Amino acid sequence: MVKLTIDNKSIEVAPKTHIIDAALQAGIKIPTLCYMRKTNEIGSCRVCVVEVEGQDRLMASCNNEVAEGMIIHSRSKKVRDAVRANTELILSNHRAECTTCIRSTNCSLQSLTQTLGITEESYDKNYTQKPWDKNFVLQRDGSKCIKCLRCVQVCGKIQNCNVWDITNTGSRVDVGVVDGKQLDEATCSLCGQCITHCPVGALSARDDTASILGALDNPEIITIIQAAPATRSAWGEDLGLSADEATVGRFVSALKGLGFDYVFDTDTAADLTIIEEAHEFLERFTHKDDYQWPMFTSCCPGWLRYVKQQAPEFLPNLSSAKSPHQMFGALLKTYYAQKLDVDPSRIYIVSLMPCVAKKYEAAVPEVNDAAEGVRDIDAVITVREFARMVKQRALDVQNLSEALWDDPFGEASGAGVIFGASGGVMEAALRSAYFYLTGNNPEPGIFKAATVPEEETQWAAKTLEIAGATVRVIVASGLRNTTDLLAALKAGEVEADFIEIMACPGGCAGGGGQPIRTDHELAVPRSKILSKLDEDAPLRLSHENESLKKAYAEFLGEPLGHTAHHLLHTNQAEWSI
Amino acid sequence: MTRLFLDGIYERPEATRDVWATTVRRLTADPLTNCPVDYTAAALRLYSAQSCGKCVPCRIGLARMAQILEDILDGVGTQEDLDLLKRTAQTVWDTADCAIGYGAARIALESIRAYGDDYQAHLTEDRCLGAFRSVPCKTHCPAHIDIPGYIALVKAGRHADAVRVVRNNNPFPSVCAYICEHPCEAACRRGMVDAPLNIRGIKLSAVANVGEVPVPDTLPATGKRIAVVGGGPSGLTAAYYLTLMGHAVTVFEKNPTLGGMLRYGIPRYRLPEENLDYDINAILTTGVEVKFGVEVGKDIAIEELATGYDSVYVAIGAQSWKLIRIPGEDAPNAYPAVDFLHAVESGGAPEVAGKDVVVVGGGNVAMDACRTALRLGAASVKCVYRRRRDDMTALPAEVEAAAEEGTDMITLQAPVRLEIEGDKTILVTLPQIPGPYVDGRPKPVASKAPEQRFVCDVLISAVGQDIVTGPFEEFGMKAARGRFVFDETGEASGYENVYVGGDCATGPSTVIRAIEAGKVVAANIDKKLGFHHKVEEEIDIPVATFENVGSCGRVNISERPASERAKDFLGTEIFLTGEETQTEATRCLRCDHFGYGAFREGRSLKW
Repeated sequence: MVKLTIDNKSIEVAPKTHIIDAALQAGIKIPTLCYMRKTNEIGSCRVCVVEVEGQDRLMASCNNEVAEGMIIHSRSKKVRDAVRANTELILSNHRAECTTCIRSTNCSLQSLTQTLGITEESYDKNYTQKPWDKNFVLQRDGSKCIKCLRCVQVCGKIQNCNVWDITNTGSRVDVGVVDGKQLDEATCSLCGQCITHCPVGALSARDDTASILGALDNPEIITIIQAAPATRSAWGEDLGLSADEATVGRFVSALKGLGFDYVFDTDTAADLTIIEEAHEFLERFTHKDDYQWPMFTSCCPGWLRYVKQQAPEFLPNLSSAKSPHQMFGALLKTYYAQKLDVDPSRIYIVSLMPCVAKKYEAAVPEVNDAAEGVRDIDAVITVREFARMVKQRALDVQNLSEALWDDPFGEASGAGVIFGASGGVMEAALRSAYFYLTGNNPEPGIFKAATVPEEETQWAAKTLEIAGATVRVIVASGLRNTTDLLAALKAGEVEADFIEIMACPGGCAGGGGQPIRTDHELAVPRSKILSKLDEDAPLRLSHENESLKKAYAEFLGEPLGHTAHHLLHTNQAEWSI
Repeated sequence: MTRLFLDGIYERPEATRDVWATTVRRLTADPLTNCPVDYTAAALRLYSAQSCGKCVPCRIGLARMAQILEDILDGVGTQEDLDLLKRTAQTVWDTADCAIGYGAARIALESIRAYGDDYQAHLTEDRCLGAFRSVPCKTHCPAHIDIPGYIALVKAGRHADAVRVVRNNNPFPSVCAYICEHPCEAACRRGMVDAPLNIRGIKLSAVANVGEVPVPDTLPATGKRIAVVGGGPSGLTAAYYLTLMGHAVTVFEKNPTLGGMLRYGIPRYRLPEENLDYDINAILTTGVEVKFGVEVGKDIAIEELATGYDSVYVAIGAQSWKLIRIPGEDAPNAYPAVDFLHAVESGGAPEVAGKDVVVVGGGNVAMDACRTALRLGAASVKCVYRRRRDDMTALPAEVEAAAEEGTDMITLQAPVRLEIEGDKTILVTLPQIPGPYVDGRPKPVASKAPEQRFVCDVLISAVGQDIVTGPFEEFGMKAARGRFVFDETGEASGYENVYVGGDCATGPSTVIRAIEAGKVVAANIDKKLGFHHKVEEEIDIPVATFENVGSCGRVNISERPASERAKDFLGTEIFLTGEETQTEATRCLRCDHFGYGAFREGRSLKW
């Protein structure tokens, strides 16, 4: 252990600890804009500087290690003056129009400025604002960018997409798409991790709420919203609700409060996905020579984009099952439209997703199967957009009552809930596959519900014996981990039958469309909420979902059958990027 | 009223001199590596500050040019602006009254001409082609050695680890400690503070204080066979890495020992034999096979290698010489320096003890010949060169050492012919005067002064080396201007799986360039054969600390007294002491950690 003193507090920390983390252990929070542990330790913003006795100049606390006997001052006048001056310099380069900023009240620079008591700026404003295609899913406002390079590092190190890079030199350094490309020419998975790790309002997802409000205002249109599993673990975060306050019942209540005619649970569609995907797996597993192995899940559009752009040789390995919300859209605009006796063009479906890439997925022409000339899903919004809509509608979120999902798609299993966490799809699929293979239901936890691989392991693997068959499964999340897994598969170092991939670290719970809490990785706590919902669920097996049994009986026929195949499956290789 | 002033009253205060001196140092350490457009804008602002303001073109033109450049950099410039910039620069060149103005205009015109792509990228795409390179020493080292890493290790006393770090990119740590031309030092960011680090001196300390350092284990055998033609630095570098990757490498060497020019060109007082053998022996421990005394193209057909091996690397160096091209050059006592130095190493050198020697040329080989002749007991050594001493291509330290040891530097004398009078050889020269600059050096121009005569017993010509491409051209490889033609991977023009590199591809160059070629070709051969083997080391580099911000003078390598060292072939250099090494290593700014290195390229012991 290393002994040192920070702000007159004596502490002992492990060797190689960075000063900023040592200070945190002493209860002292040193401000930073750029630092991300292990991912961005570059000391670029220089607001984490501290005074170390014996050193003439200030030191960045984020990427310098403690040393025995160090005496550190994090709040001396020298430090305060320097942090203030550097913050003002950053502000001079930042279009600080907070009133209209999407990140207002949730911005590291704004909160730092407030903390430092900066109410006037010393420097003239000078920032660049380059044009950006407003229709693109991923939006960048260069006038807000503080060049902390978190996006560059997250995209490269965590996601291996390498979309962002430093452009220009000297005082004109900016962040832009690598090699001067347009974003749609780069290998962007649209995972949105750059957005959720941006400390300011430079990166955001396209706001699609305007057209939704138009549909809600149109009395001719039947509006439906469905909410993805992971959204219920985070919906209250931007609305000032604690996890205890943000119950699923209140969530449903808030969704209804927005004015939708029907509020359905995507968990139901997750059950549907499981039924189809488990059957597909068994079909492939019993006809091994007809398929390329292993089989991969296909419900994550960030992963699909990654495969199409960076690993097309694995396209045949993808399950042909659509993602749950797309299955739901196809089912609602056919089966449910018939039940309502309306033309599908009069139904407007919104998917509330923890995801940015699903904005792309819903707009892919090749995904639409319900009816000619209509989209299966009309709009996708993130949890952040949802919170903004709730605020715009001035819903009293503190006093929402508990409400139930609308029938006939209000019933869903715990297996559907855990789709929202890494490992959940695998768990859910194995529960049903076990049933289909043995005729008996397994104990839930067959894989390991809502698994987030340990920090140092890139993926989790398990070998199961089911009805005399050996099934080897792997779960990975994060596209860097995925890249390495694919390389290991190719090299023959790893073998598997079925692999679940989620583009975002930790799965949808850590999705790029979730609320942003800079400096907090929330995939794990959100996943725990989902696990708890699964454990408490009366129904925990997708194949026992009664509303789906009815849908198959009345409309879909058999899993993988003609109608199911037409509406619920797709060929991702044909998708436009 | 005072009639005259002492000029000293007008001397600038020290702060101004510091700005000037620091600016010069900073530009020396980092010349134009970022964006040339931005640098040109900054330079014009600087030149504008030098203007007296009397004349229109300089007073107004320079500032306007700088502003146009700022617009281009801001992404709002147009092609019309670039045309206006050119017209303005041309006008300032044509009409400025003094060099402050027209000199600045010339730089602007040159910048527009030389960096057209950069200007167009800013104009058409609002994009900069410039890219910041993080660790300047590592970037400028052709082999891209992790220099801050091994300096930190030397500082920590971990000399063996330092050698391993060097070997990760260069299997000649000992050789380079003695004779590398160290382009790393010219780029060292410490130069911005006071003076560049003595990087070679630190490396010399490391290898002077280390015993045998085992080479890494070789990767599993691939079954691929690779022939390397030439056992010099480039061939052996390729052989080393290819062997580590698991390939079976055979080196074909025409001489009885390995080393190429390192053994037969570089004199022993510059590179002691045991230090050369230290590296070669380490390379051989990987399992490289060597066939000595085999001259490819004569003793064995090139086709045989091309068909019998999976890949061939031709690294035959520049073993032949260029002629001065003067009448009488075939005089019996006139020798090419390359042959002279080779013979000194291998036997049969002409007798020079007690003789008067004239060496023609101003490069490193000329200095080697001068200093070798002195050590062999020559009565006098004159180095005759057609340009000025400042224009010699030899390292300044070599020129200085040769002069100190007793070489007479006779400059601005162009050889005209050789005459023979009895047993004396006479070099007749025509005195020159410096003319206009061509490629950075003033071209010598014949003066009206009368011819001069230098009488000697032995004349050694060191006016350039040549490459024996003939047998390889017969085989079908292409050569142009006396060098093999190759692509950026090192693959020989027209031949799959035949690679060329080192002096025979680039023309005579430095050992580190030859090593670079060997490393690059090794990687490309491996890839071409369908592999992606990694050369890597796992070494924990000591953490960067903060003890180096104040200024501190550079420790230089000293040499044994000239009068003593000129009498023997022992190494001339005196290693840094432990204390000096510590001081020098502490001066390292650790650009691998502070600055851009924290973001990118700071550390990689894998390629």
